[in-house]
Amino acid sequence: MAEVKVFGAWGSPFSKRVEMGLKLKGVEYEYIEEDLKNKSTLLLKYNPVHKKIPVLVHNGKPISESLVILEYIDEAWEGPNILPKDPYERAKARFWAKFIDEKCVPPMWKACWSIGEEREKAKEEASEALKFLENEINGQKFFGGDTIGLVDIAANFIGYWFPITEEIVGLELMTQDKYPNLSKWAYEYCNCSFVKENLPPNDKLVEIFKGIIQAQPASN
Amino acid sequence: MADEVVLLDCYYSMFGMRARVALAEKGVEYEFREENLANKSQFLLEMNPIHKKIPVLIHNGKPICESLIIVEYIDEVWKDKSPLLPSDSYQRAQARFWADVIDKKVSVAGKGIWSTKGEDQETAKKEMIDALKLLEGELGDKRYFGGDDFGFVDVALIPFYCWFHVYETFGNFSIEENCPKLIKWAKKCMEKESVSKSLADPNKVYEFIVGMRKMYYGLE
Repeated sequence: MAEVKVFGAWGSPFSKRVEMGLKLKGVEYEYIEEDLKNKSTLLLKYNPVHKKIPVLVHNGKPISESLVILEYIDEAWEGPNILPKDPYERAKARFWAKFIDEKCVPPMWKACWSIGEEREKAKEEASEALKFLENEINGQKFFGGDTIGLVDIAANFIGYWFPITEEIVGLELMTQDKYPNLSKWAYEYCNCSFVKENLPPNDKLVEIFKGIIQAQPASN
Repeated sequence: MADEVVLLDCYYSMFGMRARVALAEKGVEYEFREENLANKSQFLLEMNPIHKKIPVLIHNGKPICESLIIVEYIDEVWKDKSPLLPSDSYQRAQARFWADVIDKKVSVAGKGIWSTKGEDQETAKKEMIDALKLLEGELGDKRYFGGDDFGFVDVALIPFYCWFHVYETFGNFSIEENCPKLIKWAKKCMEKESVSKSLADPNKVYEFIVGMRKMYYGLE
């Protein structure tokens, strides 16, 4: 009998990507919440290289790195496609998922939590990156077309976590004026029932982020 | 209809070499176009407007960017010969995971060794040795990372072999001393024509980097 476990953290967009992938395929799994300040022996055993969540364990065999896990989920189980079937479209999906992880998420996150010149530099970098995504979504409902795919799942930080964080820290980066297509996508994405059921509660995230602000030095 | 395949590349690029090795493994005829990275062609900028980097594979007019994405594309399109990714989903996930480790650890450390000095260089050197030892552990007693057959992770890593001379000279250490099994693996790979004809001459790479160090980093 198939045994599927996810080692994750409730607030992590990377962790949620894996859960979304499994839910899309209708796969039942056991979820294990990790305390990131006190990682379990089991997590360190399953991901000795990076020692991070998420980790998917399928019949005792671990897979790490959220995008690698999503491709595995797509291949291992029947159900709605996470990646397209056509090789060129697959290459494009992989490209944009990687782009999100390497060029969007880091400066966007940095822009939220830094100050002064560092914040301005991160904002500029993030703005440039988001412009490319804005052009790519180009009025489509989802990056995956009519249905959610790899890039939409990968962009969960942009669709959900970032707008919440942005508001709390007072950063006006992903505005509707500057990014009408992305803003529309974010709305569609977060309100799509399947996604809505699988996101961490807004108020709990707000609480965490406000806590981070309070812990920052007084000069902020 | 005959396939039209163009590779925008740069002789010294280990990322470009990945594409060359993959194409050679599949016996694909293609046009190699050398780019001058100090003066990028308009065509390159059109084909890769987001990163403006090589390699770019252009298949019947459609561009694919990012070396590992290119290799997967090549594997999927020319699937009847020399499969690079394993057929088992779990093994595929492991191959993707380790290719990502190479990008995150080897590539970054490598650049640090030849473009920095003092403490930064020492850190990069240590990170390189750690990364190569980690990979050597993953190789184990297998002939290739792919097992009996040359595969995806082998393609991802082997191009760095022609850069070892650069790392060893500027970092003042011996990779063979630290990772003898890895060197044995590399020499095995070099027996394959697809590899030996695709990799750059280590002495030419060295001369190129001597020039780069002077011009861009003020290092002798």
